[in-house]
Amino acid sequence: MSSDIILKVENVGKQYRLGLVGTGTISHDLNRWWKKTLGKEDPYLKVGESNNRSEKGISDYVWAIKNINFEVKRGEVLGIIGKNGAGKSTLLKILSRVTGPSVGEIKTKGRIASLLEVGTGFHPEMTGRENIYLNGAILGMTKAEINSKIDEIIEFSGCLRYVDTPVKRYSSGMKVRLAFAVAAHLEPDILVVDEVLAVGDAEFQKKAIGKMQDISNSDGRTVLFVSHNMAAVKSLCTRCVVLENGKSVFEGETDAAVDFYLNNSGSNSSTYTGSIQFNKDEIGNQQVALVEVKSFDNNERVRSTFFNNEDISISIKVNVKESIKNSRFALIMETLNGEKVFVSASNEITKGDITKGLYTFSVVIPKNLLNNIEYNVFVSGAIPGKNYFFKPYKCFSVKIEDSKSKGYNFNEKWHGTVHPQLKWSLKT
Amino acid sequence: MKTTEEHWLYVISSNKKLIDFNFKEIWRYKDLLFLFVKRDIITLYKQTVLGPLWYLIQPLFTSLIFTLIFNNLADIPTGDGVPNFLFNLAGITSWNYFKECLVGTSDTFKKNENIFGKVYFPRVIMPMSVVVSNLLKYGIQLVVFVGFYIYYVSFTDKAFNVFPTFSIITLPVLIFLMALLGLGLGMIISSMTTKYRDLTFLIQFGVQLLMYGSAVMYPMSYFKGKLPNYYWLIEWNPIAIIIESFRTMALGIGDLDMYKLLYTSIVSLIIFLIGLVIFNKTEKSFIDTI
Repeated sequence: MSSDIILKVENVGKQYRLGLVGTGTISHDLNRWWKKTLGKEDPYLKVGESNNRSEKGISDYVWAIKNINFEVKRGEVLGIIGKNGAGKSTLLKILSRVTGPSVGEIKTKGRIASLLEVGTGFHPEMTGRENIYLNGAILGMTKAEINSKIDEIIEFSGCLRYVDTPVKRYSSGMKVRLAFAVAAHLEPDILVVDEVLAVGDAEFQKKAIGKMQDISNSDGRTVLFVSHNMAAVKSLCTRCVVLENGKSVFEGETDAAVDFYLNNSGSNSSTYTGSIQFNKDEIGNQQVALVEVKSFDNNERVRSTFFNNEDISISIKVNVKESIKNSRFALIMETLNGEKVFVSASNEITKGDITKGLYTFSVVIPKNLLNNIEYNVFVSGAIPGKNYFFKPYKCFSVKIEDSKSKGYNFNEKWHGTVHPQLKWSLKT
Repeated sequence: MKTTEEHWLYVISSNKKLIDFNFKEIWRYKDLLFLFVKRDIITLYKQTVLGPLWYLIQPLFTSLIFTLIFNNLADIPTGDGVPNFLFNLAGITSWNYFKECLVGTSDTFKKNENIFGKVYFPRVIMPMSVVVSNLLKYGIQLVVFVGFYIYYVSFTDKAFNVFPTFSIITLPVLIFLMALLGLGLGMIISSMTTKYRDLTFLIQFGVQLLMYGSAVMYPMSYFKGKLPNYYWLIEWNPIAIIIESFRTMALGIGDLDMYKLLYTSIVSLIIFLIGLVIFNKTEKSFIDTI
């Protein structure tokens, strides 16, 4: 079904030169120009390294993105995810024609409108209404189009009272609302959106995501969406591309892509260890230091993957260096998206004095409580209202699998952060 | 494999064609052009007391000073029966339009970095809008010129030798040439300053120097008589030709040479086309180097 493909990215790469632009740059430019005049290839396109920000490189040239290939079908919402500096914005800039690629081609069958930032070109001295026209036109609407939508836009922004007041009198939230309202009423074939949803209050964010969903669902428009908000990506996108250091490392279903991204984006990729040891006083203060945290099953075997019908035990070993009172140690579970699942604390057993020495807390997460997803395990220790021994520290991740998937051939996904087994009954 | 060649609306690629103009696209963005013009006009004098009066004050005072310095002090003759003030006003009005077009477009990329870095639209819309909004300013100043013209002719006897010539009907062509030249030079300069900023320093005093070389405050014939060895500098300066032509049209002094005007048209067109090509080449990647 090649006719369905609305956008095709072929072998796109973008090279940047590091350092300052100065007299040294002109010699490179002249060299490049000379080679070009002779009909040769650009000599500097051959050099260059992949873009790993934290390592020192040899070459002055880096490839912000390289060898990017993907296709987008009409009506699809493609998510582009990746860490900072992975090349997302560069890719979007090329897609929205703000800058050209160094190599490769992008072919499109539709008009692309980009929303790399809301409120581009807003002039503070002009009124809201005037800015709607100007901003709309910058984004590619004609005056007639804006005329037909102006009431809708004002209504959506919720700034009716201020619409004839200069924008410089607006609160920053109002500016964003007005700007997003204009952008949301664009009708391009392909809409490129970069993290614009991370603004405005909760109500407005909800409205914005809803509008985005409308755009893709009911209007059948193609959307390219870049965000760090995995919840938004999951609720909007049908497919995702994961970028890492300028290269496309994964392409596929949203859930799989988000999992891939999250699993590979931790500071160390092997977070599924089931146990973690700390050097002396690495985590902690002069009162208490963390020694070891483990997750294990009923047979005392250290594991990182559990079935949902198994108890999960977590042990927290601490070194108490001076006697403490009224302390509290806590186990915190989060989803990989950073949503808190629960906090469980040791209040009852740590009210009294604890003298110097090594202690091990054990806490059991009962079976049939967690959902079939992955969780990050945090521990913290403190004297409530006074000070922390150690702030919530991410120890490792655990993965829960559906025990039924062993017998049956499917692994059923449930919504929500937990999936407790509750008692159901049926009466007539 | 597909047998039919797929139809793509457009292709974004690394290849830079020399002339790659999508006039259809520019036409589609015409509303944007006028909204930019509107923005420029309504925001320029916001929160000023005199507002658009500033459009008038600047040329009037400059003409006054010029008259004082160049005519009364330095004794540059403007011709018999031609009031000095009117002569200067004519020169300054035309020069201003060219200057505003040149200066206004010469920092297109730098000034609009924020917008250009976020949204695509045909970049050439931006300098075009500058030229159009300056046209309005020019129109107002022209009205003032006509006002003084009528005053001098009807209410004083100083302007006994002032007659507009029939060639005044070609004034729109003259304005078009000024716009073309200013826009072309501005686009060249703005493109060349994206990477190396050196030219921005040149433009600041370059424009000032150019004014002295453009027959703004003296008639070309006077220059020829005084400094015949350097006359070629002025003789082939397209701006000087335009300004001299304007004075011929409006005041009936100086010589309007159709060949020179033709020469100016060709030069303006060439500069404009060069500007367009360079601008077009720059707009694709300037955001990386600015």
